[in-house]
Amino acid sequence: MTKVVVAMSGGVDSSVAAALLKEQGYDVIGMMMRLWSEPGKEDSNRCCTPDSMGQARRVAAKLDIPFYVVDAKDVFRSTVVQYFLDGYARGETPNPCLACNRQIRWTFLLDHALALGAEFMATGHYVRIQKDEDGKVNLLRAVDRMKDQSYVLHVLTQEKLKHALFPVGDYPKPEIRAIAEKYGLPTASRKDSQDLCFLAGEDYRNFLQRNAAELLIPGKIVTRDGRDLGEHSGLANYTIGQRKGLGVASPVPLYVLGKNVVTNTLVVGTQEELGSFELSVRDVNWVGGEPPVGPFRAEVKIRYTAREAWAMVTPLQGGGAPMGSRQAQVRFDAPQRDITAGQAAVFFQGDLMLGGGIIQ
Amino acid sequence: MIYLDYSATTPVDSRVIDMMTPYFSASFGNPSSVHRYGQAAEAAVDSARETVATILNCRPDEVIFTSCGSESDNLAIRGAAYAMREKTGAKWILASHTEHPAVTKTLKHLEKYEGFLVEWLDVDAHGRVTPETVASAICSDTAIVSVMYANNEIGTINLIKEIAEVCHANGILFHTDAVQAAAYLPVNVQSLGVDMMSLGAHKFYGPKGVGALYVRKGTPLVSHLTGGGQEFNLRAGTQNVPYIVGFAEALRLANEEREQRTAHVQPLRDKIIGTILETIPDSRLTGDMGSRLPHHASFVFKNVDGNLLLTLLDAAGFACSSGSACKTGNPEPSEVMNAIGLSRDWGLGSLRVTLGKDTTSDDVASFIASLPGLVEKARKLGN
Repeated sequence: MTKVVVAMSGGVDSSVAAALLKEQGYDVIGMMMRLWSEPGKEDSNRCCTPDSMGQARRVAAKLDIPFYVVDAKDVFRSTVVQYFLDGYARGETPNPCLACNRQIRWTFLLDHALALGAEFMATGHYVRIQKDEDGKVNLLRAVDRMKDQSYVLHVLTQEKLKHALFPVGDYPKPEIRAIAEKYGLPTASRKDSQDLCFLAGEDYRNFLQRNAAELLIPGKIVTRDGRDLGEHSGLANYTIGQRKGLGVASPVPLYVLGKNVVTNTLVVGTQEELGSFELSVRDVNWVGGEPPVGPFRAEVKIRYTAREAWAMVTPLQGGGAPMGSRQAQVRFDAPQRDITAGQAAVFFQGDLMLGGGIIQ
Repeated sequence: MIYLDYSATTPVDSRVIDMMTPYFSASFGNPSSVHRYGQAAEAAVDSARETVATILNCRPDEVIFTSCGSESDNLAIRGAAYAMREKTGAKWILASHTEHPAVTKTLKHLEKYEGFLVEWLDVDAHGRVTPETVASAICSDTAIVSVMYANNEIGTINLIKEIAEVCHANGILFHTDAVQAAAYLPVNVQSLGVDMMSLGAHKFYGPKGVGALYVRKGTPLVSHLTGGGQEFNLRAGTQNVPYIVGFAEALRLANEEREQRTAHVQPLRDKIIGTILETIPDSRLTGDMGSRLPHHASFVFKNVDGNLLLTLLDAAGFACSSGSACKTGNPEPSEVMNAIGLSRDWGLGSLRVTLGKDTTSDDVASFIASLPGLVEKARKLGN
């Protein structure tokens, strides 16, 4: 029997993933990571409260699979949380789930899964894989477009994908809940959650206040042509495209256009100034190993919740270039607003997710 | 799967189950009842009590049945502490740093909520308390001293007889937690000289859910569970007849078969110790080699996450335990590891391997062959 480790969170998706794989005849092992919480707020990380760990354990018992917990506190703190703080320090709006998927889930945890003798690691992500004749693994959007999570998995390489399984991507979410009920899994009625795990439902600004107060130094608010409009409470408190909470009197609505960390100024402007046709992407990962021959047309998503927009994508190096140096240029058919440095730009062609990188 | 965690618990011997079975449905009476159903149940409990008393070399009315070793520890320590404070005003309790949490937690509670004072006795690098340490800590204000017979984590056997002598020379009560020890060591309370001794059946092939406390006649003790007056007014609650019968039978078998069980496990254990220390770099034995439980091997491996090692072992088919493991992935070195002076990078990597009467030499060979590779994997993953 082929061994597979299922990364369990106690939530319905990873629980059903485990159930489906067991049904398909795999030798399933459940694993959960103990992630980091702020000292003094132990167990507040949504991903490993005693409650969610207890849930995962009960699911494992119900499915009759072994269940192990792995300590990832230190590596999570030094990679994911640090990535989050570094992003704000650069004036970006980081997405730490990208660092978690790349370094924690698909490196740290995958290494543990392989050490246990598993051939595959599975998660409850809504995404599909498909192998073509040359053995290349493609990542496709989930059947349930609303739940599709291919965006956060743009960081996966062929090396990792050859060990990956994503059983729930083939099903619409309501069917997943139905499967959970059918198996009598205790997670059937648990609500989905979208916020950052280590914030435990709190506003990220409070977290920054406690852990990186130096990012919250007041400075000037200016227009693009340098007019001084007032004071901001710390660049990290604002996000691109934000309208509310600027505290600036103006006849027309003003939006955050950008941040200058060097001068600690927040640049604001009118709605017309907000859109842009272009963006550039760094740290690009091409899922297939090589980019399509470019420039090529693709639908580009600039935020997890954004709608895709058609664009012309120009890879600047081949896939063989070291990851840190791979870049791409994107030119949209229509101007896009809220292009936010630090977020990921991910490229799609139909259901196929080609890859992506960080918006500069 | 190969089970190597007999210090955690043991399977119930089929002979014990046979003795217990009639008391679930056939003879189900409440020992406190006047009628014949009650008489039969009481007779079973009395017979069990006598069996235990014979093995302990004490009077039957000095044997109190409880629900487990932890309850016995609680009854002994709280009971004697309250009683002695009432009697003489004594408010100090002495215990070693390496006691089981059923003792240490209870003492911390007594400190926090009841105004008692606790002095923690230092142990040597093997986890042993010397009689001299006890002697210098004792004073007229000491209510009770508690030192375990043998340590569950590192296997070291304490000098109970000698410590008992020190206590009695000073008129102080002495309790020993013999929960781990009873499976393999003699439990003659007159030879040991103890005033109270805790036992738990599930460590010697009896069921989980029953224990006993030996209380020397004349020991002042305030009861913990109050109610119907059972167990000589010291432990209320309708007696768990089948389990008490099981406790007695399991102890009887352990006593009778002690020599052959020891002769079986000790060489296998020694083989494990010798081979592991040789084949795994940066490994140490914890506890005293000479004076240790015959079935017990415990190691520390430098720079290993003990919890991760247990996971790798389980996935590879071996069930062991660790003083530093934590099921919720938040491991810390145990107090015992700290007490014997181990630094964190060693203390987090503890592994306990304990054998049973049915462990085979093939089991041991298999384990010895697999462990080095798994320790290496754990070290690699930790970096």
